[in-house]
This record gives sequence, structure tokens and C-alpha cells, in this order.
Amino acid sequence: MRKLLILISAILIICSVNLRAETEKECFEKVSRSIFKFNEGLDNILIGPISRGYNKLPEPIKKGTGNFTSNIATLLSIPNHLLQGNLDGAGDAFGSFLVNSTLGVLGFADVATGLGLEDTKEDLSQTLGVYGVQNGCYFVLPVLGPTTVRDSFAMVGDTFLDPFATMTWRQKEIFNRNGKKREYIGVKSATAIDFRGKNEKNFTSLKENSIDLYSATKSIYLQNKIKKIKNSDILEDDDWGNLDN
Amino acid sequence: MKKFIFYISLTFLINYNYLFAYSSQPKLFISELVNDVVLVLSEAGLSVKDKNQKIEEIAKKNVDIPALGLYTLGSVRKTLDDEKLNEYNDLFSKYFLKSLTSRLSEYSTQKFEIIDEEQKSTSYTIVNSKIASSDKNPEIKISWRVYTKNPEKPLIRDLIVEGLSLAKTQKEEFASILNSNNNDINALLDKLKEFVSN
Repeated sequence: MRKLLILISAILIICSVNLRAETEKECFEKVSRSIFKFNEGLDNILIGPISRGYNKLPEPIKKGTGNFTSNIATLLSIPNHLLQGNLDGAGDAFGSFLVNSTLGVLGFADVATGLGLEDTKEDLSQTLGVYGVQNGCYFVLPVLGPTTVRDSFAMVGDTFLDPFATMTWRQKEIFNRNGKKREYIGVKSATAIDFRGKNEKNFTSLKENSIDLYSATKSIYLQNKIKKIKNSDILEDDDWGNLDN
Repeated sequence: MKKFIFYISLTFLINYNYLFAYSSQPKLFISELVNDVVLVLSEAGLSVKDKNQKIEEIAKKNVDIPALGLYTLGSVRKTLDDEKLNEYNDLFSKYFLKSLTSRLSEYSTQKFEIIDEEQKSTSYTIVNSKIASSDKNPEIKISWRVYTKNPEKPLIRDLIVEGLSLAKTQKEEFASILNSNNNDINALLDKLKEFVSN
């Protein structure tokens, strides 16, 4: 708990320095572009082919995998809904996890959505965003991809908040018992492959239609983050109004 | 001669389907336009080239490509002379139409549905729609920014797919190219030429 508090304080201090910075500000663009190229290569030779293979699996297997990883991600939503003061959201997330883990056979079937218990996924970066903490500068991490100062700290914070991470990745640290990091990595990898597989068309279209793929990816990442923080699909941009002047 | 007149009339009738003026009511406008696009994309007898040509014709009449180009250029648009601006507009139009036809062909087989519309101002209405999920694809939410300053002739200015604005993404892409080249428009024009010619 102490570690989590130190981490949250660190995020607030670091990001408050950048409160006035524009969201599109880069930390170290040249390095990020090189890492982005490396990630692109990794996607071409490993992640892309795996996700295309995954897409060829029978539909029930893909659906089951998506439901299973989504159900586990719900565990992280519960504390974040609470931290955002959203009791209804926390209740829905808890109900969704309970129903899907039991009636949905360990989460492989999504029974909860049919019962009106849909979880809006929340994580610590969204919670900090709701508190008004800005992105800080943008950069790219090897393998993990686009992030910002706030989001990278929040990603570490999530491993303290997430009950699944506590039971696996941090079990040794917290309970002094042998941790099962492989299970954590396995579920996170399955989540990534499921996401990449579902968005195969979008990834291809983005690659084919971008004149600067790095910037297009950055824009999409930052827009998506704002959308998730505001829980709104339409983001207003004053420049549309300026066009007529 | 009779045969010739018959073919001319037939060609006119077929094309009329795609080019007639759509409703001025934003929700209906989008619905009619998308139905036409789906019709073109699913027409069995048409080659890909002909389909793209028809889509481009529809887009030229119903998307505000010049305004989209100016928005995408950001504040740099105020610093350009007429010659450069015309060159940019011309290249942007080609770039936009090429990327549009490539993107649209992916979604030809899915079911489209209008949800509702929100009037944001006298100039803008957002029409919310969705592409229904299928066995292979999840549901996709698409919002259309419709420019309604001329109430008789609405025009599309942006497509927001799952909350991600295509215009904003392009704007930030262009801004990045300009920023890394001291706001030199020629660097952006070269990139656009490269894309259009490939």
C-alpha cells in the first residue's frame, strides 16, 4: 500500500510539471521513432503472423478467449471505478465479474452483458485523467508500444491495484509466496493477440493510408485515451469553427 | 440510332441512382448516401476500378473535401499563397479519394444502421450510426460530422470511427511532417505526391 501511495504521488508530481504541456509534446521523438520501427518489425515477423493465425481459429475459441481476458480485466476496473467515485460502475463491474466467472464458466462466456451488467473498462491512467492529471510527454516503449509519462507510471500502478496482478505478478512481493508471473504474462499476451486479431483490418488500413504511420498511431493513441477518460465518443475541436472565419 | 439512345438512357439511369441529390435532413442524407455506397460496393458486374470511380463521384459531391483539406493543414493554411494552396488542395483531394476508396472496400458486406443525430451548432450536426456486428467483425460505431451551414446541401466534413476522428488523425500526421521540416509545405506536398503516385 505504501508503495502504491508513493507511486501515485510520484505520478502526480511528475505530471503536474507538465500540466500546461501540449498533449502532443514528445519526450524524445528520435528515440521513439526508432523504437516504433523496431516494434513495427516485431509486428511484421511475430505478432502480426500470430494474430492472423489466431484469426483462423474457430469463432467459439476466439470469442471465449476474448471473453476470458475481458473478464479478468474487469478486476482492474473495480478499484478504478471506486477511485473515480463511480459506485454504479464498480457495482456493474463486480456483478459482471461474479456472473461471468460462475455462470459464464470462468469467464469464457459473457452472460453478464445480457443481464445488463456491462463493464466499462477503467484503469489507473483513466483514473488519473479523471483527476485532471495531464498526459505528460509522449513516447514509445519497446514491445509495449505508445505511452505517455502518466500512462507509463499508471501501468506500473495498475499492477498494485489489479487483484489478478496481485495474485500472480506480485504474489511473492506481497504475500512472500511463489508468484505465478507466467500466468500474468500469458493472460496479457492473449489480450494483446486478441486485440491485434480483432483489429487486423484497421492495422492494415492504417499502414496503407498513412503518410507518417508514427504520427497517425500517436494521434489515435492520444484520441483514444481522451475518449476513455471522458467516456465520450465525440471530442470537440474549435478549429472546425475557425474554418468559416 | 435507337440502340444508341437506349444505351445512353440506360447509362444515365444507372448513374442517376448514385448521383441524385440526397435529402437535406442530415440523418436521411447519411442514410441515403451510405445505401448508395453499399450499392456500388456490392454491385457484382462492376470492376474495382469502376467501383472506385463511382465512389469518388459520390464523395466529390457530398464530402467537403476543400474544407477538410484546410482543417487538416491546421494554422499553416493561413501562411500559404494562392498558388501553393491550390497545389495543396489538388493533391489533398487526390490523397483523400485514394485513401477513402481503399478504406471503404473493407466494410462493403456489413449492415449499416443510423442511430440518431445531435445538432452541435447551426453549422454542424453529428449523425451517429453503427455497422452491425457479424460473425467475423465486432460492431463499429461511426459518427459523421455534417456541415449544415447551407441547410439545402449538407456536406460531410469528418468521420469519427469508434471515437477516433479521421480528420484529426490526418491533421496531426500532417502537423508532424510540417514540424519536422520547419513548416515547409513542400515537404508535405512531396509526401502527398508520393502517396498519390504509389
